[in-house]
Amino acid sequence: MKQTFAIGIGGAAGQGVATPGDIFAKIFSRRGLHLNAYNAYQSIIRGGHTFLTIRTGPEKVTNMGDRVDLLLPLNQDAMDRHLGLLTDGAACIYNADTIKPGAPATGAQLCPLPVSKLADITRNKVAQNTLAVGAGLNMMGIGFQALEEVLAEQFKKKGDAMVSENVSIARAGYDYASANFKAFAWPLPMTGTLYAVLSGNTAMAMGGAAAGVKFYCAYPMSPSTGVLHWMAAHARKAGIMVRQVEDEIGVVNMAIGAAHAGVRSMCATSGGGFALMTEGLGLSAMMETPVVVIDCQRAGPSTGVPTKTEQGDLWQMLGAAFGDYPRVLAAPLDIGDCFKIIPEIFNIADRFQCPGIVLCDLLLSEGRLSVDPKDLDFAPAIDRGELITKASPGTNGDGVYKRYKITENGISPRAIPGVEGYTHTASSDEHDEDGVLISDEFTNPTKRRAMMEKRMRKVAGIEAVLPPPVLWGRRDADVTLIGWGSTMGVIEEACEILTEQGISANQLQIRWLVPLHGDAILDILKDARHTIIVENNYSGQFARYLRSETSFVPDGYIRKYDGEPFMPHHIVEAVKEQMGGKTKLSVPAHEILV
Amino acid sequence: MATALAATNHVAMADFKGKVDPDWCPGCGDFGVLAAVQKALVELQIPNHNVVTISGIGCSSNFPGFINTYGMHTLHGRALAVATGVKLANHELTVLVTGGDGDGFGIGGNHFVHSMRRNVDLLYIVMDNQIYGLTTGQTSPTSRVGMKTKSMPFGNIEAPVNPISLALAAGATFVARGFSAEQKHLTELIKQGIRHKGFSFLDVFSPCVTYNHDNTYQWFRPRVKKLEEDRAYDSADWMAAMGKSLLWDEEIPIGKFFERTDLPSLHAAEPVLNAGPLAHADMRIPMDVTRAFVEELM
Repeated sequence: MKQTFAIGIGGAAGQGVATPGDIFAKIFSRRGLHLNAYNAYQSIIRGGHTFLTIRTGPEKVTNMGDRVDLLLPLNQDAMDRHLGLLTDGAACIYNADTIKPGAPATGAQLCPLPVSKLADITRNKVAQNTLAVGAGLNMMGIGFQALEEVLAEQFKKKGDAMVSENVSIARAGYDYASANFKAFAWPLPMTGTLYAVLSGNTAMAMGGAAAGVKFYCAYPMSPSTGVLHWMAAHARKAGIMVRQVEDEIGVVNMAIGAAHAGVRSMCATSGGGFALMTEGLGLSAMMETPVVVIDCQRAGPSTGVPTKTEQGDLWQMLGAAFGDYPRVLAAPLDIGDCFKIIPEIFNIADRFQCPGIVLCDLLLSEGRLSVDPKDLDFAPAIDRGELITKASPGTNGDGVYKRYKITENGISPRAIPGVEGYTHTASSDEHDEDGVLISDEFTNPTKRRAMMEKRMRKVAGIEAVLPPPVLWGRRDADVTLIGWGSTMGVIEEACEILTEQGISANQLQIRWLVPLHGDAILDILKDARHTIIVENNYSGQFARYLRSETSFVPDGYIRKYDGEPFMPHHIVEAVKEQMGGKTKLSVPAHEILV
Repeated sequence: MATALAATNHVAMADFKGKVDPDWCPGCGDFGVLAAVQKALVELQIPNHNVVTISGIGCSSNFPGFINTYGMHTLHGRALAVATGVKLANHELTVLVTGGDGDGFGIGGNHFVHSMRRNVDLLYIVMDNQIYGLTTGQTSPTSRVGMKTKSMPFGNIEAPVNPISLALAAGATFVARGFSAEQKHLTELIKQGIRHKGFSFLDVFSPCVTYNHDNTYQWFRPRVKKLEEDRAYDSADWMAAMGKSLLWDEEIPIGKFFERTDLPSLHAAEPVLNAGPLAHADMRIPMDVTRAFVEELM
């Protein structure tokens, strides 16, 4: 099993959970270690409870894992909630002045810090956090200089005095640990690689910039707001028009307007905002104006649990807007993929002149991952399809150009406003090849049928350019785990653990959801010995979708809908339970009290 | 809203003739608005390919199909949102938004208010007939109290919205009202609205001859009074405009209520557009810039 090290930091919102997290993340990534961070939090600005998990290691770390090696409870509540997670070899560093520990498990080390003796807490309110970071890094076998550098950057804006104060507090914690606490058995190694650490929201925003997005608009909605924040902060450098709009109905329509005028245009929201956008998606499809909409799923329905993750919006995506129309729906597999998927889906949306939907979730949107900077490619292939941006003397002229010309592949060359000789009307009403309405007085069944078939012919074209899914792992495995989107990493790790424990497991992870490569999936699954669909929702939305598209019924299901993501052991234990014939549906309980 | 005037005098009425004739009822006020828009564009010499006419849904929203410009016939109530996107992606285009009172003040009310406070550079023409026509005669947000319709057969008990006061309060920088039967006057208002650099709101009395038997041409004619005929009226005076906007029944002012030219329009306030329209911008971001984006994360 691969070696990893996980830190859990718990406290109230406003207590400074994020800062130690950022410091650890920077130090790990600069040592060339991979990391994965997930913050379990609540919709509250001050108070409540948040629990940040940072897991690191020399190999790719795809999920939060099953184990906490170092616990930093910033208040009594966090101590009470999480001490029970620690097992043999783990440690808990805490402020001995204010927090009473419970009884740790055998082999777990309690590390009390006499905070008021080590730092002037009247001057520095977060001294306990800085002391704990220093102590923790000492126990991990990391030299002090790394911390000093990061603190200098962190407090640079507040002046030299603030930097030296924090460095000396961190030093006190570092030295105190060296004298009083037992170091971890596995000192964190150093590799030569340098990683960028980013959230899925940042990745999707940057992916948009790489794709050539020139218009981005949004209404703030957790957990998608991070995309807006990156876009707004970098708009002027990247040459992107970024607008905050009055509501999501305005958002999608404004995005469509910009796209229609010729730019690549994107917006992001969560389930509730997406619900408001759905009529607009139909507009994009009917006018054949490509737009990319990101949905960052959170636990629903309605306002639901705004700060918790779920894969519960799939059917909303499948049914978004009335009528039949071509759409592309893709679910990024991890945070690196959040970047890559944006230029890819824009190329398809542009080429086939239809809406593209990226189905992300809070786990990826707000989680953080180390990514090789080489994988953040700002010069990806750009295919804008049949777009007319300049007048061409030979072919222009009114009466010749047909915006919705009926073609074999269903794609009609798209002229953008401003080009002489190509004036036309794009309409939400059904229309003929010229763009003239046939929905009201001029209704015409023959033309209506022809236009429906023209648009829907694009589906076959889209399917042909999407890569079919592939099976990961040996074909003859005991169990095949099927997932989609963000569960890639945790299912992958569960497969590794299962295989180590004598149950060989392989994985089929779906990235392109619409159009679905049903035949390729059936071809893969026909040899599978035992199939289980794993997803983060109540009703098995993907399982139901797969069944509706292919008639495929798996042997079992693993589902979770408590707002928290899967941990590898949830899947491992559920697979064992199902292989033992105990049940066909497992719903693992989340043991971390957040 | 602003536009570059064409150097040559070649734009003619025929350029703006639509592919199909309007399917409005004979006598509909919208015919007069269409003719006035076409005349204004000819008088301003704006080539048809530089104009985008954008509408929502309703009788009057079929407008883009009846004029030869780039057109967008969008969703009910959403024309202003779409139009804002068009203008920000290519601010060299002349953007006209056309629609009705239900589309703009009812289902589209939110976008109406926010587009005005943003001062998006476009001309918004509302063909206000105080009724829902395409759905065969229901009460609209501008229907008067007491008016009997299919949806309120015992008479409307809700106060109507006052589009002029609302536009003034929301921060529109050009606010005017026309009457479709006053062609020359209306054409002049449209020209002024197109020239204005910012959000131009033009509410036009455009009688529905089929479903509104209260607010007919005959009802309006003796009541409308041109603000331009009042020499003492100053359209730069917001308070005076607000006062005039409240007049109804005996005397109903038409003309330019208000204009201010000291505020930048939305696209002019955003430095991202300094280098020209985004629709023609290079899609690639310079490598030194993207490198810095990645370095922030390390």
